Amino acid sequence: MKKSPALKTYAIAYLIFLYAPIALLPIFAFNDSRVIAFPLSGFTTSWFVEMWNDQQLWIAFKNSLTIAVSSALFSTLLGIFGARATTRYKFPGKGGILGLIMLPLVLPEMIMSMALLVILIGMGVKLSIFTIIIGHVLICTPYAVAILSSAFQSLDRSLEEAAYDLGETPASTFRLIILPLVMPGIISSLLIAFTISLDEFIVAYFLGGNQTVLSVYIFGQFRFPQRVPSIMALGFVLVCLSILLLTIAEYFRRRGIAKTGAKDTGGFL
Amino acid sequence: MDKGNSRGRFRDTEAAKGLMLVSPTALYATLLLAAPLFAVVVYSLMIDSKTGASAGFTFNNYIEVWTGKIYQAIMLRSLIVSMTVTLITVLLAYPVAYFVSFGVSQQRKALWLFLITIPFWTSYLIRVFMWKVILGYNGVINSGLMSLGIIDEPLTVINYSVGSMVATLAHAYAPFAILPIFVSLEKIDRSLLEAGQDLGESKFLTFWRVTLPLSMPGVIAAVLIVFIPTIGDYVTPELIGGGKIPMIANMIEVKMLKQNDKAMGSAIAVTAMVIVAAVSVLFLLLNKRFLKGQSK
Repeated sequence: MKKSPALKTYAIAYLIFLYAPIALLPIFAFNDSRVIAFPLSGFTTSWFVEMWNDQQLWIAFKNSLTIAVSSALFSTLLGIFGARATTRYKFPGKGGILGLIMLPLVLPEMIMSMALLVILIGMGVKLSIFTIIIGHVLICTPYAVAILSSAFQSLDRSLEEAAYDLGETPASTFRLIILPLVMPGIISSLLIAFTISLDEFIVAYFLGGNQTVLSVYIFGQFRFPQRVPSIMALGFVLVCLSILLLTIAEYFRRRGIAKTGAKDTGGFL
Repeated sequence: MDKGNSRGRFRDTEAAKGLMLVSPTALYATLLLAAPLFAVVVYSLMIDSKTGASAGFTFNNYIEVWTGKIYQAIMLRSLIVSMTVTLITVLLAYPVAYFVSFGVSQQRKALWLFLITIPFWTSYLIRVFMWKVILGYNGVINSGLMSLGIIDEPLTVINYSVGSMVATLAHAYAPFAILPIFVSLEKIDRSLLEAGQDLGESKFLTFWRVTLPLSMPGVIAAVLIVFIPTIGDYVTPELIGGGKIPMIANMIEVKMLKQNDKAMGSAIAVTAMVIVAAVSVLFLLLNKRFLKGQSK
């Protein structure tokens, strides 16, 4: 295709703009000063030590892990049902049902969590980790459905029919033929849902009661200027962690596409 | 499951199978999404929910939301902020999407997309907070410029303003805008562009009359994907605006939780949803009109 150096320069400048705030994280995470400003004053790893020794952070982290793992598992399970049903079968009201399932993608999170809060309090449910999971499953399911739909869509229907012809039941066909083929999609859905849940703030903040999760903990720390450097350190660790998770998710997504013989269209969205 | 269906057997079995399979997901969404939203609509029509006593239904909450000075100001601010963010984000994103689609070799496209999406998956809170650190009074820009000797006093225009909120949000939603535009550019049949140039159009005119109209669905998708979450954003006004420049989401929180006025809070929430839906429909209609005008 045409070479346009101006456009390329612009795209690279744009990437730099995209990464600039994240690039500042390690700079100040290792900077030997409580104030986040230039000039830099020296190298230190003490912020990581401070972060590591914070008991509350560990409690929040444990809560976040519990929530993220449960949300990932449950939303992927719901995603499998939704994606399989909508890609394989025609049924009345499909558009409306799918629209409702995908609604959280376009609904401001604040409105969703307030609506949930109103009804949960109305029913007398005590706010806890469990109520955060309820909200996170709602948020993660549309992503799971989107990822899994593309996995189910690229399945060749004749493989399934061949299995029936060879005497397999629908259940065993699903287990032996379909599941292995969509497994990469399932894994990338699990990882994406896990990442979203780990990062989510609004639902965790309003539906958590007095239970602190990682994002709520971080938000609370912003009020104390002296805590900022160790939040930088934590942020740096989190960024590395999510890049690692995404690389794994991308790897499985590509393997899934290669397995079913489709063309790579790139990207999660 | 499909007791009532006796005619059109095959189709009904297929429909029943599909419905049965989708039911766990649909049920979850109905109980925990549709029902709560319905409850919010009901609350918004209640006279006084502060005391828990709802003597009847009324539209007064809506009248107050639509005519109250503070409500109008906050809703207008939310609209202006999110529309500015959307405009900036989409304008800045288009050339990048164009470059990745037309200027990058097939093998390297995935890498570019991956690089563009990574920042989106890193902690939103921390990204927003980094902008506070960058733009603050003693922040990175001010301290950096001062230590370089370019300025003597911290710039105050860049901290805690609507402008810095716009910058933060535009950065946070950048990848959202690139991906849909990229997808629509990828779908364009390259031979159309060659045809345009063979017929004597300049490169710019080919872009203006062929590429841009064909990529319009992606642009509209990008507009909606950026506009909807930014108008409901809670974190940026709280952190960057220091709580002094509230937007719709912050107002909902204040009403619902701090003042425990569920009726008003719900009325604001429903109003916000109506605004979002109205703007979305407007854009979708514009898109249709645009495509029609082009095909004349």
